[in-house]
Amino acid sequence: MTALQVVCLLAVAVAGTATVFTRDPLRQAVSSGVLGLSLAVLFLAFGAPDVALSQIVVAGVAVPVMVLLALAKIRTDERRGEE
Amino acid sequence: MSVRARVALGLGSLAALGPLLLWAVAGLPDFGHPRGPYADLAPKIMLEERHVTNAVTGVTFDLRGFDTLGEELILFVAALGAAVLLRAQRGERESEEAAAAEERRGPATADALRGLGAVLVGPVLLLGAYIVVHGALTPGGGFQGGVVLAGALLLVYAAGQVAAVQRVRPVSLVEVADAVGAASYVLIALAGLVFGVATMDNVLPLGTTGSLLSGGTVPVLSVAVGVEVTAAVTLILSEMVDQMMLRGRE
Repeated sequence: MTALQVVCLLAVAVAGTATVFTRDPLRQAVSSGVLGLSLAVLFLAFGAPDVALSQIVVAGVAVPVMVLLALAKIRTDERRGEE
Repeated sequence: MSVRARVALGLGSLAALGPLLLWAVAGLPDFGHPRGPYADLAPKIMLEERHVTNAVTGVTFDLRGFDTLGEELILFVAALGAAVLLRAQRGERESEEAAAAEERRGPATADALRGLGAVLVGPVLLLGAYIVVHGALTPGGGFQGGVVLAGALLLVYAAGQVAAVQRVRPVSLVEVADAVGAASYVLIALAGLVFGVATMDNVLPLGTTGSLLSGGTVPVLSVAVGVEVTAAVTLILSEMVDQMMLRGRE
């Protein structure tokens, strides 16, 4: 295992732990995105560029957007409930 | 459940699962030495018999092309379901009004975000198209490129141009593109049955290895999936954005 791969594994561990300890869903959308992107770098370092590309589009685009849209919808519903 | 009980449960589960995970990882084959012949054979077959240099796309759209047919139709049905469920309460006109109202509401979007979005749209579109058409040659393919293309539209939305989003994605066009992408995959799969020996048979000329139009049906299927994924993701996301704006206005 090369030094680059070890660094990538550590980065994933740090980002994953940070995601778990983030309590606010809005911030978690960002920290899980960072986790996804560090996983993409990990896959690239382990010689799987196709998987890395899929990981980038899913974790960097699709999941954060879905989470943010769902949060926005919940908030407007809550606001209407209070009125 | 109290905090103490939850922490005890969590730590207990970790203590039980951790050693199992370590045991499993220790039993994995060495990195770069997978068990079984498939990892060595797939790139060889794809290169020699299909003239495809990217074995992963080759497996997705040729050796395991029938599985991909199912995956693509799953996404098609998912987009259909999202559209049917979310569009029940409103007409097309209503959503256009909501978009215009959102844009009139003023500069809620930071100038830096607007500028960045506007600058990035072109390069992201180009990157997505590149990933889709070069699927048979370099890492990438229809699925990844399609999501990137749909992401370009998100940039337009992030830049605050909500009414522009409504204009560039007339829903009917997106729906037609979704259906055309899904249908052309099915038709190319059936072409193998008609002109070759079986469904998904690679019936197109294979071309020169390394050129854009090599690999027979592989790049064609990649483009078909690219169109379908772009349209499906755009459809799902724009329905959700519409919902948000309609709710926000009420």
